[in-house]
Amino acid sequence: MDNLLSITTFIPAIAAGILALFLRGDDEAAQRNAKWLAMAATAMTFVVSLFILIGFNPQDTGFQFVEERTWIMGLNYKMGVDGISILFVMLTTFLMPIVIASCWSVNTRVKEYMIAFLLLETLMLGVFMALDLVLFYLFFEAGLIPMFLIIGIWGGANRVYASFKFFLYTFLGSVLMLVAMVGMYSAAGTTDIPSLMGFPFGTDDFPILGIQIVGGMQTLLWLAFFASFAVKMPMWPVHTWLPDAHVQAPTAGSVVLASILLKMGGYGFLRFSLPMFPVGSDVMAPLVLWMSAIAIVYTSLVALVQEDMKKLIAYSSVAHMGFVTMGIFTFNQQGLDGAIFQMISHGFIAGALFLCVGVIYDRMHTRDIDAYGGLVNRMPAYAMIFMFFTMANVGLPGTSGFVGEFLTLVGVFQVNTWVAAVATSGVILSAAYALWLYRRVVMGDLIKESLKTITDMTTRERWIFAPLVFMTLLLGIYPALVTDIIGPSVTALVGQVETAQAAYDAATQMAQN
Amino acid sequence: MLSQDLTTIMPEIILSLFAMGALLAAVYTVKDKAAPLLVWITSGLFVALAFWIATTGEGTTTAFSGMFVDDAFSRFAKVAILLAAAAVLVMSQDYMAKRDLLRFEYPILIALSVVGMMMMVSAGDLMSLYMGLELQSLALYVVASLRRDSIKSTEAGLKYFVLGALSSGLLLYGASLTYGFAGTTSFAGIIEATDGGVSLGLLFGLVFMTTGFAFKVSAAPFHMWTPDVYEGSPTPVTAFFATAPKIAAMALFARVMHDAFGRSVDDWQQIVAFLSVLSMFIGGIAAIGQTDIKRLMAYSSIAHMGFALMGLAAGTAFGVQAMLVYLVIYVAMNIGTFAFILSMEKDGMPVTNIASLQMYSKREPLKALAMLILLFSLAGVPPMLGFFGKFYVLKAAYDAGLGWLAVAGVVASVIGAFYYLRIVFFMYFGSEQDVQLDRNGSPVLWGFLVASAAVMILGVVNLFGIEPLAEAASLALVN
Repeated sequence: MDNLLSITTFIPAIAAGILALFLRGDDEAAQRNAKWLAMAATAMTFVVSLFILIGFNPQDTGFQFVEERTWIMGLNYKMGVDGISILFVMLTTFLMPIVIASCWSVNTRVKEYMIAFLLLETLMLGVFMALDLVLFYLFFEAGLIPMFLIIGIWGGANRVYASFKFFLYTFLGSVLMLVAMVGMYSAAGTTDIPSLMGFPFGTDDFPILGIQIVGGMQTLLWLAFFASFAVKMPMWPVHTWLPDAHVQAPTAGSVVLASILLKMGGYGFLRFSLPMFPVGSDVMAPLVLWMSAIAIVYTSLVALVQEDMKKLIAYSSVAHMGFVTMGIFTFNQQGLDGAIFQMISHGFIAGALFLCVGVIYDRMHTRDIDAYGGLVNRMPAYAMIFMFFTMANVGLPGTSGFVGEFLTLVGVFQVNTWVAAVATSGVILSAAYALWLYRRVVMGDLIKESLKTITDMTTRERWIFAPLVFMTLLLGIYPALVTDIIGPSVTALVGQVETAQAAYDAATQMAQN
Repeated sequence: MLSQDLTTIMPEIILSLFAMGALLAAVYTVKDKAAPLLVWITSGLFVALAFWIATTGEGTTTAFSGMFVDDAFSRFAKVAILLAAAAVLVMSQDYMAKRDLLRFEYPILIALSVVGMMMMVSAGDLMSLYMGLELQSLALYVVASLRRDSIKSTEAGLKYFVLGALSSGLLLYGASLTYGFAGTTSFAGIIEATDGGVSLGLLFGLVFMTTGFAFKVSAAPFHMWTPDVYEGSPTPVTAFFATAPKIAAMALFARVMHDAFGRSVDDWQQIVAFLSVLSMFIGGIAAIGQTDIKRLMAYSSIAHMGFALMGLAAGTAFGVQAMLVYLVIYVAMNIGTFAFILSMEKDGMPVTNIASLQMYSKREPLKALAMLILLFSLAGVPPMLGFFGKFYVLKAAYDAGLGWLAVAGVVASVIGAFYYLRIVFFMYFGSEQDVQLDRNGSPVLWGFLVASAAVMILGVVNLFGIEPLAEAASLALVN
């Protein structure tokens, strides 16, 4: 199979096309058909993507399953996976059937809803597989459209504000990246990502408006990419769109946003910023480390005072993404391994937490923490699952949440002890807000009148959580499953970055002497 | 010699003879009753001429001692102009007939203005340039006020005429200065005169002519007439203004800049870059507050011309190629968008208020989807073709050392995205309300809307092969 990656990517899009063109009517039967077709397509994508995983050779640090065709303007349609991207592909294909299953109770404009998610899956998979700058940008940016519609059409009361903020914030971030991509195309004469990884972009200092730019061209390009990825990630202080978007998005939209879309920022740092602009990354690393440390502590504190469950989890996501950026910019094996691991594990945990909120939101139609209390009395199964994921979110050893946080902290400790110290305090804060949330929602006596008739999770809901519980435990107990796959590629990346940075340091030393 | 000259301008001759013959025939026979038939014949002739020009033209030939140039560049522009004009004519038929506006003069005037545009893009001399430009403009002044009993329409025509005359005056002043200091009106002569650098007098001529062109392409700060004329004119006429004349004016702009002043790029690059950046921002910011979709499209076209000018500002062959690709994509998007606007009716009356689109997607899901695609394409969001147009001009500007212009352009495109999203907001997120548009299904408009949206999506595969054509066109102009 020469084009396994394209097949995986476009199965959902084809299903979306079939839905759009051939499914008529809006009665119950049509809605059911739409849901089942979407389910079948995402499940099939997952099965096909398993073949990629099976055929993948972790020892080979180059790109595998590469397909290449010429396109317009000297660009190429080029796809491929390596140790860094393959797990994101798997995360996406694994989560999408769960996402579809979680919107089984939706009954407004179901067909369009399914189309939006199917297209979104294609675009997300494309982001992780694209090996051409512009192809990457195309997938990266196009993903905004379905998400904009998901928030705007199926969202909560304040959905319009949230959807516009989401779109314009991320759009502004990414257009700067587009200019940088044009600049790279001009400088290197190619948009091929593997070739650009070895391309020496200029590092000579030059002044702009009287300010001396250390690291020159590389720093500027790095900043432009940073503008895009930092917003997407999101990093403090450009994270403010995320809580709004999460609160207003429907449950399935929140899950996709937290579990997969946020990971595009981290993936972007690993795919572009580090290998292509190692010097720019080095120059800016202290800034990123401190921004991450502030993000971890500040957003954890903000999470403590939230009254809306989704908002609380959204801030917690920002904090956890802080560990990711921190790990990436340590430039060492533990930090990078930890960052990728944290992203994968956060994909399962944050997704599950949003699903947990969705379960009770479906019953009570409110996300106010005050409206709940004592759920354990009537929903024991729910209480257990929510407990499990709360603990995983806190980073309890034995769950996948622990591995990622621990590795990134080990990585950053070697680079900057102070940042490590500040970030570690975030671990304590995360325990504080997560456990306090759990205490207020689930524990205590069931005194609220409206909750007296609440019912426990249905079989469908339980089955949705089963794979997530399984993966969180599996990765927590046996993290080598992930690190074996990403390890060789990360080692190669670290080596490349170190060589480039050492060469730059030597050159500047020479210049000073 | 003469016969060779006449062969070169055969398409223009055929079209002018047709226009005059049709005028005579209609006046002396059935008058307005002939209009529907005439619309079809005219657009058929446009398409046939476009086909003829596209398939037969080869190399570069000049006629009438350099007054008229037939090269790959002019052929590319002519084909685009003819096809755009044919599409708009066909689209307008239904709308005009319903409102009793379908006079036999309408297709004839359009045909005459198209002759003018074909002259413009083929001009090799200041004289033929002005001749083509005025023929185009005079015909357009009349069609702008086609609805004689409407104050808005006559106001639009008058405003267009007064400001158009002013811009023609500026252009003529610049042309006379250029003539005075270069000693010749032919582009080939002017470019020789600029060999040792542009003299002060020539520079003045250049600046005044640029101002005149900026009026014609409605680039800021010479854009004031555009929203009023767009709003006041009958919608099919607005659709026409937004498409074919834009290609013609931009192509003429590019031809003068490169054929006559191609050796002094540094002298005009800054001016064009300034026009470009101002148009992008004014077009983007001023559109935010609009409630009328025609005014909104006017500002949108100003912003889009800003992007097209970015390609011209690069001053390179690739820049011209980018400009041409951008213009073709822009016109393809606008035809679909105006097909949609033409179909907006309530109780048989045209509606242009954006708020009337509340929850349009519930009633007409497929039409709303097509419009959604067009709007995101206009905003420049991938994977729609509008993005590739932007990518092209950004690359051209960056390669030419105008990195700041590229950054300004993308920032302006974010501002612009807001008002396109606002239409999406009305169509998809709004609330149900009383003002509901008719479910009229003119199959022609339907077809254009869906085809245009499909082009925006499917073009991502290979841009329908216009890339090599645009490249050949740009190489014919810039060498």
